[in-house]
Amino acid sequence: MRIDLIKRPEASKVMSYASPLLAVGLTLITGLIIFAAIGVPPLKGLYIYFIEPLTSEWSLEKLAIKAAPLVMIAAGLSVAYRANVWNIGAEGQLTIGAIFGSAIPILWGSWQSPWTTVTMLVLGAIGGGLWALIPALLKVKTGANEILTSLMLVYVAQFGLDWLVRGPWRDPHGYNFPKSVTFEDWQMLPTFSGTDVHFGVVLALLAAVALWVLMSFTLKGFEVRVLGTAPRAGSFAGFSTSRMVIFTFLVSGSLAGLAGICEIMGPVSELQPVISPGYGFTAIIVAFLGRLNPIGVVIAGLALGVSYLGGEEAHTAFGISDKAARVFQGLLLFYILACDTLILYRPQITFTKSAAKGATS
Amino acid sequence: MSPLVQVLLTIITASTPLLIAAIGELVTERSGVLNLGVEGMMVMGAVAGFGAAYETGSPLIGILASIAAGMAMSAIFALMTLKFVSNQVATGLALTLLGLGLSGLIGEPFVGQPGLKLARMSLPSMNNIPFVGQYIGPILFGQDVLVYLSIALTVTVSYVLFRTRTGLIIRAVGDSHNSAHALGVSVIGVRTVCVLFGGACSGLAGGYLSLAYTPQWIENMTAGRGWIALALVVFSSWQPYRLIIGAYLFGAVGVLGYVAQAVGFGIPSQFLSSLPYIVTVLALVIISKRTLSSRGQSPACLGQAFVPDR
Repeated sequence: MRIDLIKRPEASKVMSYASPLLAVGLTLITGLIIFAAIGVPPLKGLYIYFIEPLTSEWSLEKLAIKAAPLVMIAAGLSVAYRANVWNIGAEGQLTIGAIFGSAIPILWGSWQSPWTTVTMLVLGAIGGGLWALIPALLKVKTGANEILTSLMLVYVAQFGLDWLVRGPWRDPHGYNFPKSVTFEDWQMLPTFSGTDVHFGVVLALLAAVALWVLMSFTLKGFEVRVLGTAPRAGSFAGFSTSRMVIFTFLVSGSLAGLAGICEIMGPVSELQPVISPGYGFTAIIVAFLGRLNPIGVVIAGLALGVSYLGGEEAHTAFGISDKAARVFQGLLLFYILACDTLILYRPQITFTKSAAKGATS
Repeated sequence: MSPLVQVLLTIITASTPLLIAAIGELVTERSGVLNLGVEGMMVMGAVAGFGAAYETGSPLIGILASIAAGMAMSAIFALMTLKFVSNQVATGLALTLLGLGLSGLIGEPFVGQPGLKLARMSLPSMNNIPFVGQYIGPILFGQDVLVYLSIALTVTVSYVLFRTRTGLIIRAVGDSHNSAHALGVSVIGVRTVCVLFGGACSGLAGGYLSLAYTPQWIENMTAGRGWIALALVVFSSWQPYRLIIGAYLFGAVGVLGYVAQAVGFGIPSQFLSSLPYIVTVLALVIISKRTLSSRGQSPACLGQAFVPDR
């Protein structure tokens, strides 16, 4: 038996929606097998992992908080990836955004005004955008590969944060712990009454909708898609690849920076050496699972949020390492990419004589 | 042993994994495939190497396990990108994310366990010779076997790529897959072998980290070295011998950071730790700027999918 791929005359619309579902299904099946292999009752394992986080109001709130940064970052990344611009340094842009925004409470803690939080958010976005501008400019001016430069800058940003919270920005009254001062109420994002759900969740949704409008209804969105799929055609139309690199890096970088400062002004409430469980990298998976479509990203962000929460639940329920969640996330991306093949190609299975013989013997 | 010799020895051990991973990726890219999963294959090699050596008590089995782990990871990549024609950039990223997650899970029981160290060669008779025994001896003849292997590997790869028919075929596949296909070369076959070779090298490089460089398992212990290896391939303009220069340059930058920290110039340690990454960016900028005008250094079909028509 052999499987050949036959190119479809045109991309399959059905498959482009079915592929992520298929990928999720395959991930679940793999989950069943893994659970059975390590001696956890498979169905119960799946329930704890993927359903339990959806059952209580309290865990739904947690889900919204987890999904917000993923959606915000992935919405920006999906625009960049659509344009064939590979920003994989969102984790670094998130870090710099958090640092920029935190400058207000740390350096000017007494400033109490309704504008405090707004300024912090804006600074966060500016920080992320500036950090993303480095690989973008290097790409445009020198041709340096943006994948490698943006990733290298993640490490630089994280070392920078580490230096700040252990050095100049360390809380003088913090018993020498590597952390900044804890933010005051007026330096934090407002929350919905009676919950921990902060305003960042709204910002994430707004960002996704805004980028969806940009991609679907504006000339800029058209430009992104043309330069991504047919750069030559785009250049004949007068679209500039260089400007597109800068534009997409700025958009994705500022959103990552905004996600970073929202994390600090929400769940984290101070600067620490580590402020994110790899949201910037998981967002890459979210972007692909969401079909590089800002609205799809919202659904995908919730799905990946569930895997984070399920990981924690499974840890307490069965003592499964919480690192298993990252394996599921990695597998999921593989399955999506494999299933996406079916959008452009149709598998054709042929049974040859020799193979049939081999099967019977 | 004088401090200078010690620093040089550390530079050699720091550079060797970079060189091994980069030489594998160079072959992969010469065949036209861009595998961004070096970091993931490397970290899997590191955990498999450490685990196997820990369980069996033999560093050699550890090394073999790390090669096998790297190859297994690259086999997934080959299946995805070559058979299912998935996007190479995205698949490489997926390989890295999966490798980092899976190695963290597999390696959990090994955290904090004492590791096995790959033995260094020693020629006791040489120690008595003045100067040579002190300086040249330990550097030239006192390394572990993988240091020599990495150099031998570079020489072999360069010879095979540029002096043999096999190399000609690999380069043809990488520069023009359609022409190679028309001449009856199995493009997918050649690429699969090259991807697997790259995986084996990345795995070995990871194993070197957990068995020779720092004989222990720490989560994410590759710390971006796989990405630096990818940058080295660009830096070398896809020429094997230039990889040696690049790898040792980067190894030296990393080690000099530690030395400066120990001497203590009052420079924040975090700045020194981030030096290798900053230098990588600068090196990419310089090399890209120089090649921007001449183009054609990189394999012409690098990163392009190939589906044979029949």
